[in-house]
Amino acid sequence: MPMNENGEFTPLIVAFCCNWCSYAGADLAGSGRLAYPAEVKIIRVPCSCRVNPTFILRAFQKGADGVILAGCHPGDCHYSTGNYYTRRRMTLLFSMLEYLGIEKERTRVEWISAAEGAKFAATMNDFAAKIHELGECKRLEDLRCK
Amino acid sequence: MRKLSSDRMSELFERLDSLCPLYLPGEKDGAVSFVRYEQGVDYAVGALNTVRSAKDFFFPQVENIAAFRMTGKKIEILENQNGNEPFVVFGVRACDAASFSLLDQVFLSEPVDPYYRDRREAGTVITVACGEPDTSCFCTAFGIDPAEPKGDISVWLTDGFLYWQPRTDKGENLTENLTDILEECDGGEIKSYQDTIKTIANQLPLANLNLSYWENTDEKEIFASPVWDEIYKGCLGCGLCTFVCPTCQCYDVRDFDCGETVRKFRCWDSCMYSDFTRMAHGNPRKTQKERFRQRFMHKLKYFPENNGGLVSCVGCGRCVRSCPQGLNIVKTARRVSDD
Amino acid sequence: MQITKTIKKLVSEGKADRVFGWKKGELGFDTEPALFTEDFDSVVYNSLCGANLCKYMINETKKDGTVLLLLKPCDSRGLQLLTKEHRVRREKIYALGVPCRGKIDVDKISDKGIKGMIDIQENGDTLTVVTLYGEQTVPRQDVLYEKCLSCVGKEHVGCDEVLSPELSEDTTVNDRFAGVTALEEKNPEARFAFWRSQLSKCIRCNACRNVCPACSCVKCIFDNPSSGMDSKANADDFEENLYHIIRSFHVCGRCTDCGECSRVCPEKIPLHLLNRKYIKDIHKLYGDGDEAALLTFTKDDAEPSVVYERGEGHA
Repeated sequence: MPMNENGEFTPLIVAFCCNWCSYAGADLAGSGRLAYPAEVKIIRVPCSCRVNPTFILRAFQKGADGVILAGCHPGDCHYSTGNYYTRRRMTLLFSMLEYLGIEKERTRVEWISAAEGAKFAATMNDFAAKIHELGECKRLEDLRCK
Repeated sequence: MRKLSSDRMSELFERLDSLCPLYLPGEKDGAVSFVRYEQGVDYAVGALNTVRSAKDFFFPQVENIAAFRMTGKKIEILENQNGNEPFVVFGVRACDAASFSLLDQVFLSEPVDPYYRDRREAGTVITVACGEPDTSCFCTAFGIDPAEPKGDISVWLTDGFLYWQPRTDKGENLTENLTDILEECDGGEIKSYQDTIKTIANQLPLANLNLSYWENTDEKEIFASPVWDEIYKGCLGCGLCTFVCPTCQCYDVRDFDCGETVRKFRCWDSCMYSDFTRMAHGNPRKTQKERFRQRFMHKLKYFPENNGGLVSCVGCGRCVRSCPQGLNIVKTARRVSDD
Repeated sequence: MQITKTIKKLVSEGKADRVFGWKKGELGFDTEPALFTEDFDSVVYNSLCGANLCKYMINETKKDGTVLLLLKPCDSRGLQLLTKEHRVRREKIYALGVPCRGKIDVDKISDKGIKGMIDIQENGDTLTVVTLYGEQTVPRQDVLYEKCLSCVGKEHVGCDEVLSPELSEDTTVNDRFAGVTALEEKNPEARFAFWRSQLSKCIRCNACRNVCPACSCVKCIFDNPSSGMDSKANADDFEENLYHIIRSFHVCGRCTDCGECSRVCPEKIPLHLLNRKYIKDIHKLYGDGDEAALLTFTKDDAEPSVVYERGEGHA
């Protein structure tokens, strides 16, 4: 289990952020000096709809303990409708992961606009706290990557 | 020959497992496969054949060969730790036991495959005669006797007794550790049991498979047979038949990038797959017809030509039972030879 | 046989020039999908014709002429899907619906300890199994395929002609979603243990994918060396999960629940439980619409948090 110098579990959290809203939201959180955990690694995507289910699974394979997907609020997609598709896709995928016995708290979708720096920081803090509680992801790990 | 009362089978398994890890056919979620013996695991005595064949023990579906670790400009080679620990497999059928000698032809001729060789040396095979051969069985067509299975030790399970006959030094050595529970007997008692098996085996619908056409006809003529144009039509192009087959030995060597290290592993491949034989210029077997033909030409023509007439099939009947669309080697062999 | 008569009549009328159906196999009781250009007397249709033939039409309709295709009610849904997705040239098919009262799973007969089968005779609701070791009778209902025990419907859809529809029977004994519900009611640990145990049996033969009428990609992602996803074996637990999650997700919203994936699995993995989970979720969240659920949306769709918010062991 990855630990910091104080012997505390340091999870790896992957956040897929839409270029137009949530990534800008992360920027705003940064320039507003709102703290969120350094364990959150952001991957910028052109639209939340760019994230296909294998991205989520690959993240877990390569050692992520939690995966969060952040996009524009429904109705505000830069490409008009991308996040509506994301919404259905991820609902069904996450429901399937839960059905397979993967802890449902390890995956999340949030809508965060470019103006919501505070929401970005709060969401990431909350999500990271959940992952800290859950500990290392064991059920979707690839032992070869350990 | 030695014998043991049938109700003491679990005692025998306990003893074997205490000597070295024991594997035997057991049921898992509705499918029978070779499982590690432990208390509570029941030997699937009624199951004729496991879904996967026993070749897994010597030629597993996935096997790590080596790994490479990159640190800066240095590459470190991490040898794969091979499992050379002795083990025992109980309950191998005559057909699977015969498949090992076919695989030996491939893996133990020069250049010898060290992974396969190590496993062959480490494993002791205990075969069990087939009391009730099934409709899909046709091992007798290849001169295999289900009543007299080969292996390091042969076992017959009659009503009330288990009869035990070591056949090799490895088998003798194992038997020496078990002389206190296996009592000596003359073996005449299994004669009638064997006769019953032979009578049934002769009535099996596929047992009269005749391969003389394949033996005596020029390979180019068989290759060009118009039957191939029709017979493959139902083939899905999945790899089921090749993966359950005890004699299929094609594999692929692949890399897996785990970040700091790269693992090189080999895994079974199937001639039924569209990327089998794919090369830089493309794939010479463009459609399922060519792929389908290759599988049977290899088993019934190319392999015998390269191995002194040995046909690469042991008649276990797995493809007969598992092909989702009812295609199999018997059907193909018969239709091509217009039998 | 009425089917043979109909086939001959349709071919002579010029409705089709060849027939895709089943013929007798090498054993007394098996059947195999086959293409007939003559000898229509050897077309067989009985309770052992479990295979769904619609996917063969992808290649068959690339050729000239018209194929007469025999379809059971559940198979006709597959053809409808392939037509809707433009994977077959529907005008080159004459779809002839054939009646179905459930198909027989030979493995289930073997599971009853019956060995050495030579022939299976059907008399109403009883089967007489002739074996090398004597005759045995089995109730027909006991040995139907899993897919037939929760039949998706005895009505054909989109056929050009349906033969004796009155002979079709709905053989449902279980609610289609009972298996999914039973799993959903378990706790995550039990669900995880169940699927690990099942999926670890997978030999990655790809039969479930290749037989599926919804899996009709020209090049599957798992076969494509430039996808980064191609792999020939489940080298790790993760890959077993990955393959089955992605395979079922690819057919999510398109699966016709024909049950072929579970029928063909040599390891008897209940793959229909993955597909039916999606179908159940789709029905619950997005209604029972005709459109593939992932190709459309509404502005007030459920949020992904519905998964997160529902309680443990929900059904």
